[in-house]
Amino acid sequence: MMAVSQRGALFAFLALLGAGPLLLPEFYVTLLNYIGLYAIVALGLVLLTGVGGLTSFGQAAFVGLGAYTTAYLTTASDLPAWLALVGGSPWLALALGLAGTAAVALLLGALTLRLSGHYLPLGTIAWGISLYFLFGNLEFIGGHTGITGIPALQLAGVEVKSGRAFYYLIWIALLALVWATHNLLDSRAGRAIRALKGGSLMAEAMGVDTARLKIEIFLIAALFACVSGWLYAHLQRFVNPTPFGLGVGIEYLFMAVIGGAASVWGALLGAGVITVLKQWLQDLLPKLLGSSGNFETIVFGVIMVLMLQRARDGLWPLLARLVPVKSGEGQRQAPQGEALPRRQMPAAGTLLLEVNGATKRFGGLVACNDMQLTVKAGEVLALIGPNGAGKSTMFNLISGVAPLTAGEIVFLGSRIDGLTARAIAQRGMSRSFQHVRLLPTMSVLENAAIGAHMRGSKGVVPAALHLERVEEGRLLAEAARQIERVGLEKQMFEQAGSLALGQQRILEIARALCADPCLLLLDEPAAGLRYLEKQALADLLRRLRAEGMGILLVEHDMDFVMGLADRVVVMEFGQRIAEGLPEEVQRDPAVLEAYLGGVE
Amino acid sequence: MDLQITLLLGQDGITNGAIYALLSLALVLVFTVTRVIFIPQGEFVAYGALTLASFQAGKTPGTLWLLAGAGILVALIDLKIALAAGARQRIARILLWNLGYPAAITVLIFLGKPEGWPLAAQVLLSLALVVPLGPMVYRLAFQPAAEASVLVLLIISVAVHLALVGLGLLFFGAEGSRTPSFSDAALQLGSITVSGQTLWVLGSSLLLIAALYQFFGRTIYGKALRATAINRTGARLMGISTVMAGKLSFLLAAAIGAFSGILIAPITTIYYDTGFLIGLKGFVAAIIGGLASYPVAAAGALLVGLLEAYSSFWASAFKEVIVFTLIIPVLLWRSLTTHHVEEEE
Repeated sequence: MMAVSQRGALFAFLALLGAGPLLLPEFYVTLLNYIGLYAIVALGLVLLTGVGGLTSFGQAAFVGLGAYTTAYLTTASDLPAWLALVGGSPWLALALGLAGTAAVALLLGALTLRLSGHYLPLGTIAWGISLYFLFGNLEFIGGHTGITGIPALQLAGVEVKSGRAFYYLIWIALLALVWATHNLLDSRAGRAIRALKGGSLMAEAMGVDTARLKIEIFLIAALFACVSGWLYAHLQRFVNPTPFGLGVGIEYLFMAVIGGAASVWGALLGAGVITVLKQWLQDLLPKLLGSSGNFETIVFGVIMVLMLQRARDGLWPLLARLVPVKSGEGQRQAPQGEALPRRQMPAAGTLLLEVNGATKRFGGLVACNDMQLTVKAGEVLALIGPNGAGKSTMFNLISGVAPLTAGEIVFLGSRIDGLTARAIAQRGMSRSFQHVRLLPTMSVLENAAIGAHMRGSKGVVPAALHLERVEEGRLLAEAARQIERVGLEKQMFEQAGSLALGQQRILEIARALCADPCLLLLDEPAAGLRYLEKQALADLLRRLRAEGMGILLVEHDMDFVMGLADRVVVMEFGQRIAEGLPEEVQRDPAVLEAYLGGVE
Repeated sequence: MDLQITLLLGQDGITNGAIYALLSLALVLVFTVTRVIFIPQGEFVAYGALTLASFQAGKTPGTLWLLAGAGILVALIDLKIALAAGARQRIARILLWNLGYPAAITVLIFLGKPEGWPLAAQVLLSLALVVPLGPMVYRLAFQPAAEASVLVLLIISVAVHLALVGLGLLFFGAEGSRTPSFSDAALQLGSITVSGQTLWVLGSSLLLIAALYQFFGRTIYGKALRATAINRTGARLMGISTVMAGKLSFLLAAAIGAFSGILIAPITTIYYDTGFLIGLKGFVAAIIGGLASYPVAAAGALLVGLLEAYSSFWASAFKEVIVFTLIIPVLLWRSLTTHHVEEEE
């Protein structure tokens, strides 16, 4: 089979879509209309669940909010005075529906997103049920009977009345949203969203406001659902509570998961598969089982369980493998762009970091006790000690991951203990992690670019419309420069997960450098490196030191440490037991005892 | 609302609250041990009640076919694993529990004619039929993905719920059922009458809670479950099988669910999908306890029951809306009192 280009596949798909209503009988046009409407909702869930690692069972309620807002506003004859102005216009109703949806989503998000991940879905279940019963019991929107006589949409003076005309409206809206979502994922904000799945620790350390980002993607998913509801109301010209219940909300999530929650096209595939399958099963099962009812839920439930056990990425990757599409043309050259503005580096010898009496207790265990250390600009300070001495805890205290029990930490002349990891990162401290925290399916370049997050400012909306290409180019160029600097340029477009562990640690350094720090915290950077790679790393750190960077290094490789460090601090059982020049420390009796044991 | 009605509603609220308390305990148990948010809990409520109702109506409950089918599937999977591992000593046990047990129950039902049995025997038979479905569901749906994230387990949980509701419709039809009261006695307390069934509900709930307390505090299996809940890896290193802990917690949850269904079937009509809302109210209570605290969850359950009873008087159409909106102030309170950002590894 001949391989087709991505662009070619896309054009073929669009041509088929455009010709659809001209060739297909009415039944299939209607089916495609519904698939389009469902896919809009599923697309929001791809962003929320597949990419962001959050989820919602209440999307059907947001669809309902969009549908009921326009249904009520365009049909009611006795609107209250404050609403009378917007009455009758579907477009104003859309705006109002979106505003109402945003308000609900912000409230639910603000309430649940600071808690662990499962509170959002549980909150959305409660919201989905509540709204469904509310729709069914409010007299002014027709209770369980609903609202009829919703006017058709007017577009440029033409009534969009027939299913075939509506088809183009739905699919243009859907494709526009697919385009915007695709753009969003390929941007500074999109990288941050993808970083959410890897846990908030790394993202926050790179300066990403994870709480805000989670609310933003929940909001986007809710707004997509609202748009789908608005279209639904004007297509159907009638609404009642049934299609907005919790069961349908669950179905939307199934579409996203079955289609492939990590790809925008998965939403379309999932909506198509579930809709067609449901249609088919609703015909087949009652005949087979001899009684009527929604038995397709049994099949859906079983399919979902099997998919989640065996193919968690959904159908899209399987389909994409069948059609040999050439992936990613271009994009093989290191991105070019104007250099980003740099921080004013403190002069060599300036005191960067001062830790005074830092103490950390976990219950009765004292992990760090009254620790002192200082790091100056243009110096490498090595923190060494046996396993369990409290070195990594010390790192977490300095970088704001864990709060101090007592003591103070001063960075660039101001106290930073008590600040969040994000605020500390913004002041010019950047770190790597002992247990590598990369996004394994993202490219090396994109992983490094997460480190440059704080040096850009464009958010979700400009990203979705691709209005931030200049800034994006500069961020990627910076990431490419740092990757070249650490010597990973050959792997720039490979997946980070395919690198050897030692290379992954080097990539973590490139990511940290992208933040343009003046103090670098490296947790065991040489672990897993071969001899020549260690030499290269030492050279890199020497160059950084010469540029005036302060480096705090935790390391077990003594040859590496002693050849590189200007000063060494030795820890044991949470205490500082020695400090001095490498040669002094190596002769220190307390250090020898800690490492080798005493001579009785 | 006069005193008479206030007391009557209070009685309703406490009765329902006791059921929600039982369910919330099971939910907290399953979540802490397996990290599964057990949405299908409600289906066990419905299966328990409707299986009993089928026996009383002289019908063979469809849950029997589910037990047999699930048993065959589990047996096939476990046999394949046992043979691949060369663990022949496990075969007899697998066959006994997954094929022998359902076969024995089937024989008992077809030869024993349970419609003529006394109520207590019918209840026991219903439990014997429905409860083993709990560990089987764990084996088939959750065990293969036991190490997945809470989110994936939650979606699986919802999928299982959907499948079980569909099966419930297939087994029991769309009509609801009520079963006769456990006892016709009634207690006169001043101006109000407390029905025998209410006393049964309250008494059995308290007894069950006390029994669970003993189980967790005194028995080796109870302690194993608690250890798993606190630290899965640690418990495993101490030789506690997480598979065993998972199955045991599902067994307890299924037992609590099915028995709750049997307890309330004389008070309210149970449909194939009734269990879901009942289970979710247990959830609201469990969330009040932060999915971690048993006593707070039980207290939350009483609150949910009372809120439901009184709102059904004041605004009966909005009763569900009010109960589920209760979750909002609860989440707000939890959100304000939780300070650390949880890190999923």
